Amino acid sequence: MLARQRYLLDYTLAALLRRKGRHLSLLLVYGALVFALASVLLFGSALRREARALLQDAPELTVQRLVAGRHDPIPAAYLAEVRKIRGVAAAEPRLWGYYYDPASGANYTVLVPATDPPPAGSARVGRGVARSRGLAVGDVVAFRDARAEPLPLRVTHLLDPASELLTADLFLVAEGDFRRWLGVPEGLYTDLALRVRNGREVRTVADKVTRALPDTRPVLREEVARTYDAVFAWREGVGLLLLCAALFAFAIFAWDRASGLSAEERREIGVLKAVGWDTGDVLRMKLWEGAVVSLTAFLLGYVLAYAHVFWAGAPLLAPLLKGWATLYPEFRLVPHVEPAGVLALFALTVVPYTAVTLVPTWRAAVADPDAVMRGAQE
Amino acid sequence: MLLHPPVLALLVVSSLVTAGLALGVPFALRVVRHWDLASGSERQVRLERGTSLVSAVLGLVLAAQALSLGLFVFAAESLSSQITGAMCATGTLNATPFGFPALGLKVALFFGAAVWLALDRLDRDGDDYPLVRGKYALLVGLAPLAAAEALLQFLHFAGLSPEVITSCCGSLFSVEGAGVAAEVAGLPPGPAMAAFYLSGALVLALAARTWWTAGRGGAVLGAGAALGAAAVTAFAAALAGVVSFLSVYVYESPHHHCPFCLLKGGYDYLGYPLYSALFAGTACALAAAVSGPFARVRSLALAAPRRAARCAGWASVLLGAFYLLSTWAVLRSHLGLFP
Repeated sequence: MLARQRYLLDYTLAALLRRKGRHLSLLLVYGALVFALASVLLFGSALRREARALLQDAPELTVQRLVAGRHDPIPAAYLAEVRKIRGVAAAEPRLWGYYYDPASGANYTVLVPATDPPPAGSARVGRGVARSRGLAVGDVVAFRDARAEPLPLRVTHLLDPASELLTADLFLVAEGDFRRWLGVPEGLYTDLALRVRNGREVRTVADKVTRALPDTRPVLREEVARTYDAVFAWREGVGLLLLCAALFAFAIFAWDRASGLSAEERREIGVLKAVGWDTGDVLRMKLWEGAVVSLTAFLLGYVLAYAHVFWAGAPLLAPLLKGWATLYPEFRLVPHVEPAGVLALFALTVVPYTAVTLVPTWRAAVADPDAVMRGAQE
Repeated sequence: MLLHPPVLALLVVSSLVTAGLALGVPFALRVVRHWDLASGSERQVRLERGTSLVSAVLGLVLAAQALSLGLFVFAAESLSSQITGAMCATGTLNATPFGFPALGLKVALFFGAAVWLALDRLDRDGDDYPLVRGKYALLVGLAPLAAAEALLQFLHFAGLSPEVITSCCGSLFSVEGAGVAAEVAGLPPGPAMAAFYLSGALVLALAARTWWTAGRGGAVLGAGAALGAAAVTAFAAALAGVVSFLSVYVYESPHHHCPFCLLKGGYDYLGYPLYSALFAGTACALAAAVSGPFARVRSLALAAPRRAARCAGWASVLLGAFYLLSTWAVLRSHLGLFP
């Protein structure tokens, strides 16, 4: 039984090698399709993992103040209220904001670090900003503050490239500089970050915060994580859906390929049947042929996609999946392959391919040998 | 939530499966009504030619169905991170009224497909298509199941939304709750364990006997029905056992009964080998059970026992692995249910 399959496979491989050119083009198209689909899948799942890993260190609960449905700076007095709630392990005010820099056309994130802030008049700068403005350590860069007066900042430090996904557009400055730069008066903060001792109490604490401070909105880390997950998965799905058009085109191509068997192949099938192969054998041989082409293309496409995403940083996909920022962070994703992702891709490519090639093959396989051979000679 | 990669893959597979079966049904009906091997009519020749295509298409389609069962559970598991209140696949399946029925139909189709593939193999061994009517009649029965499954699956994924709050395994598989899941979770561990191991021992013994006697060309008449019944009983007892005591041992938490959390990385992905062995083993046992009795058909007198022996051998190995793995999970646990 197994030996029979081995002989069939042996014959199939020899037949494939006899018609190299024809199968090579199929292999290329097929491989390119798998490459595109696998790149989307690998990149999407790696980004989701990255987002989840980053959020692990985020505070369990963030409290923002809302005025007229918009985010507004939160008064320092709220901090004491929040600290009174049982279950809150720590509450810290945070100062951060965005600054639009007309010179580079990009938005910067400006942040006052909670520990070890830089001395007044200096800044620690992310690599993305440094690249776009051509900054090095020791340079002085000036921005216009909230009153349109110049605010000179000396670059004392470039941030670690390993953290670039987070810090590409980041400016770390002193509190005084921050308030002057973005016009946040004393006694007001951007939001409050809360640590909650027991993970199961986060929702209760959030509930108590809204009751004690009705004009605030608590944001749960868990909700942020779910949103990121949904956004990345959705973008991944949109990417795949676009590629579905390619999948259909490929299915038509494969169907056409399989139904337009060359005269030579028809004669070959005729000879095989004349020497005693039955329809089932011919079908099985053709299935083996499809399996060999499929698996080779699948492996080829997958390996290339892996290299594209994890070694080259997915240059073809980054604009779709990462967002639409002007300052792209340069970062390497942690290589990770989900077995079930491979399974999904397999179901999306190999299964439809095999399905569309089966019927045309069968048509050739059931024909009578003499009719096929005579037809081929005409 | 249709735009999720595993969901898209599942929809592609289930539409292919349904299309394949829908194309097969008119042909199957023609075979059931007009098949006559003695006739040399053009219709008979067409049917004989068609049967090789249909069995190839269905072989592929039903194999894809097995793939989609695994993918479905994986999709449910991975979507749980996006659904409020869901911690594992239970929450996702529970989020719409169609989730669990779709899973149930998928499992039924998986075993139906296994039986059909076994009959198809056996039929091709005989030179006079001895089982052709039976296998196509079975196909006509499987097609509506597949269509219903594809529909339920679509409704389930289309109805999933991150805003809908679902309840997860903590409330569904709880001893205090209501419904089948809670009933099973509330089974006392002692009797559940006894049923688990006794039914396991029975199916292993019958499978081994079939392998031994059929492998030597001996008659296995009557053993087929017994093996089939034992396999179905052991499968039910195994699922009940997983919910009632095995999960508790694995999680080392007396109130956590979820059968899906076993698939999580935190528990070494134990669920994947465990369920693969159980499902594949039960499928092999059913295949052996339906193959064996056809030894009395003249053209299958040699082939049927051989096939039954091979399937029974695999069933013994796979189910044996399942029970060994379960026992190991119980023994390594730090939890003691029996003081």
